[in-house]
Amino acid sequence: MIHTRALTRDFGTKSGTVQAVRGLDLDVGAGELVALLGPNGAGKSTTLRMLTTLLPPTSGGATVAGRDVVADPAGVRRRIGFVGQGHGAGFDQLARDELVTQGRCYGLGRAEARRRAEALLTELELDGAADRESVRLSGGQRRRLDIAMGLIHRPDLLFLDEPSTGLDPHSRANLWSHVLRMRAEHGTTVVLTTHYLDEADAVAERVVVIDHGRVIADGTPDELKGKVSGDLVSLTTATADAARAAAEAAGRLPGTTAVETDGTEVRLRVPRGDAVLPELLRALDAAGAPLTGVRVQRPTLDDVFLTLTGRSLREGAE
Amino acid sequence: MNTLRDTWIVYARQMRPTLRRPVVTALYSMLQPVLYLVLFAPLLTGMPGAMGEDPWQWFVPGMLAMLSLFTTAYAGFGLLPEVRSGAHERLLATPVSRSALLLGRVLRDITVMLVQALVIVAAMLPFGLRPSPVGVLAALVLLAVLGVGLGTLSYLFALVVKVEYLFAALLQAVTMPLILLSGVLLPMDLAPGWLYALSRANPVSHVVDAERALFAGDLTDPSVAVGTAVAVVLAVVALVLGTRTMRRLA
Ligand SMILES: Nc1ncnc2c1ncn2[C@@H]1O[C@H](COP(=O)(O)OP(=O)(O)OP(=O)(O)O)[C@@H](O)[C@H]1O
Ligand SMILES: [Mg+2]
Repeated sequence: MIHTRALTRDFGTKSGTVQAVRGLDLDVGAGELVALLGPNGAGKSTTLRMLTTLLPPTSGGATVAGRDVVADPAGVRRRIGFVGQGHGAGFDQLARDELVTQGRCYGLGRAEARRRAEALLTELELDGAADRESVRLSGGQRRRLDIAMGLIHRPDLLFLDEPSTGLDPHSRANLWSHVLRMRAEHGTTVVLTTHYLDEADAVAERVVVIDHGRVIADGTPDELKGKVSGDLVSLTTATADAARAAAEAAGRLPGTTAVETDGTEVRLRVPRGDAVLPELLRALDAAGAPLTGVRVQRPTLDDVFLTLTGRSLREGAE
Repeated sequence: MNTLRDTWIVYARQMRPTLRRPVVTALYSMLQPVLYLVLFAPLLTGMPGAMGEDPWQWFVPGMLAMLSLFTTAYAGFGLLPEVRSGAHERLLATPVSRSALLLGRVLRDITVMLVQALVIVAAMLPFGLRPSPVGVLAALVLLAVLGVGLGTLSYLFALVVKVEYLFAALLQAVTMPLILLSGVLLPMDLAPGWLYALSRANPVSHVVDAERALFAGDLTDPSVAVGTAVAVVLAVVALVLGTRTMRRLA
C-alpha cells in the first residue's frame, strides 16, 4: 500500500538546513495498522505530508496506494484520507457544512454526503455541535470533526497525524472503536502518529519508531519490547542488608542483568520474568534474604526507545 | 475530477459564511468608496470639464473600480487563517482541482463585489446618476474581470507571504499607488507628463477610463476596448500564475 525509497526532505531555515526526514525506507502492506512513534521533531508529520502529496520530497520517492506521489499526486489524493496535525475546519464554517463539503470534495453526491455526515456526527458524538461555527467548538469537538472529515469518504488508506491529541479518554476510546470498525468492514489500511505510548501499544499491530528522520525500530509492540533485555523485576526487602544479600543471590542466577540496589529496593532484568520468578524466590529464600514485595513489569515502548537511543520518549514528548 | 464541479463546491463553501451575515460582509469593503462618494464627490461640482458638468457620471465609475480593488485585493486575508489552522492543507489533500480551490474563492469575492456595486449604483440614482443601462451591465462585467485578476493575485501573494502583517504592508504598498495613479479622484489629464505616463502603466487607470465611457453609453469608445483588453490580460496572467503557485506550494 505504501512503499518509500530513501525518502528525504530538507528544509532551508535561517540557521541552516534542517534534515527532517533522512532516507526513510518504509513498506506498509494492505490492511496494516501502523503507528509512527517518535519524539517531537522526529519527522513524523513531514513524512505524512510527503506521503499525502502535500510536500514534495527533496530526494527519494514513494508510491502510495499504487501511485507515485510525485508523478501522480492527484491519483494518490483520490485514494487516501488525511487528518493533519492541525485543525481542518474553516473557522467560520458550520461543522456539518464542512463535513458535507469534504464528502463532496471526494466526489460524493449531495444526498450521500449529507447522509454520511449525519451518521458520522452521531457516531462521533457531535450532534449538538453540528450547527455551530468551528471556532465555537471545544478543542476535542474540533478534533472529532477533523476525524469525521478524514473518514467520510471511507478511503482505502487513512493517514492520521496525532488524531487523539486533545481528546478525553472516552472520546479516544470512541475514536479507536470507530477506526477499528471501519477497518474491519472495509479493510482500511491505517497509518497514524501518536505520542501516547500506551495507545501505540494497544491499537497498533506494528510500531515504527522514528528518531531524527530515520527508522530506528520496526515491529510488533511485542517484538520491539523483545529488544529490551528482558522484563523488569523489582524486589522489596525489609532492610538494606537484606537488599544487598538479595542482589547478590539474584546476580548469581543465569540470565539476570542490570542488577541495581536502591536502599531496600533491588531492580534487575531477566529475559522472562514470569518463568524466572519461582527459581528466583527459592534462591533468595536459600540466601536468607526475605522479601516483602515482588513486581514483574513487561518492558514498555518507552523502555524500547530508551534502549535504542539512550533517551526517554516521555521526557522528549512531554 | 471535473474542475467546474469542484469550483462550484469551493464557491458554495465560501459563500456559506457570507450568506449567514450578508450585511456585515457587504459593508466590510464598501466603506471607503462610500465615504468618498459622500464626503469627496460634492467637491467636484463646479470643477471644469466633464468632471464638473456631471460629477456623478464621472465619479461613480471610478468609485466602482476602487470598490473592486478593495474587495478583491484584500481577499487574501480570508485565506491566511485557513493556511495557519490546517484547513487549507486539508482541502489540498483532497482530490479537488487546484485551480478550483482558487477560482471558487475568487468567484465568491466577485459575487460580493457585484452586489456592492449594484447597491452603490442604485443608491446614486436618486441623486441624479443617469447611466446607460447597457453600459452599466457591461461596466459590471468589466469590473468582474478586473476583480478576477486582482483577487487571484491577492491569494497568490497571501500564499507566498503567509503572515498577516507582511501581507497588510504589501497590500498598502500596492493598492495606494494603484488608486492614486488610476484617476478615480481627479482626472490624470491634469497631471504633469511623468505622472501621466506612470498612470498609463497602471492597469486600473485603463479600466477606469473604460468604466466611464460605458456609464456614458459610449460602448464603441476606444478606451472600452483598451480597458477590456487590459483587464482580460491581467486576469489570464493572474490565473496562470495563481494556479501554478497553488500546485507548487501544495
Ligand atoms: N516548514 C518547515 N520549515 C522548516 N523546518 C521544518 C518545517 N516543517 C518541519 N520542520 C522541521 O522538521 C523537523 C521535523 O518536523 P515534523 O513536523 O515532521 O516533526 P514531528 O515528528 O511531526 O514532530 P511533532 O511530534 O512535534 O509533531 C523538525 O525539526 C521541524 O522543526
Ligand atoms: Mg507532527
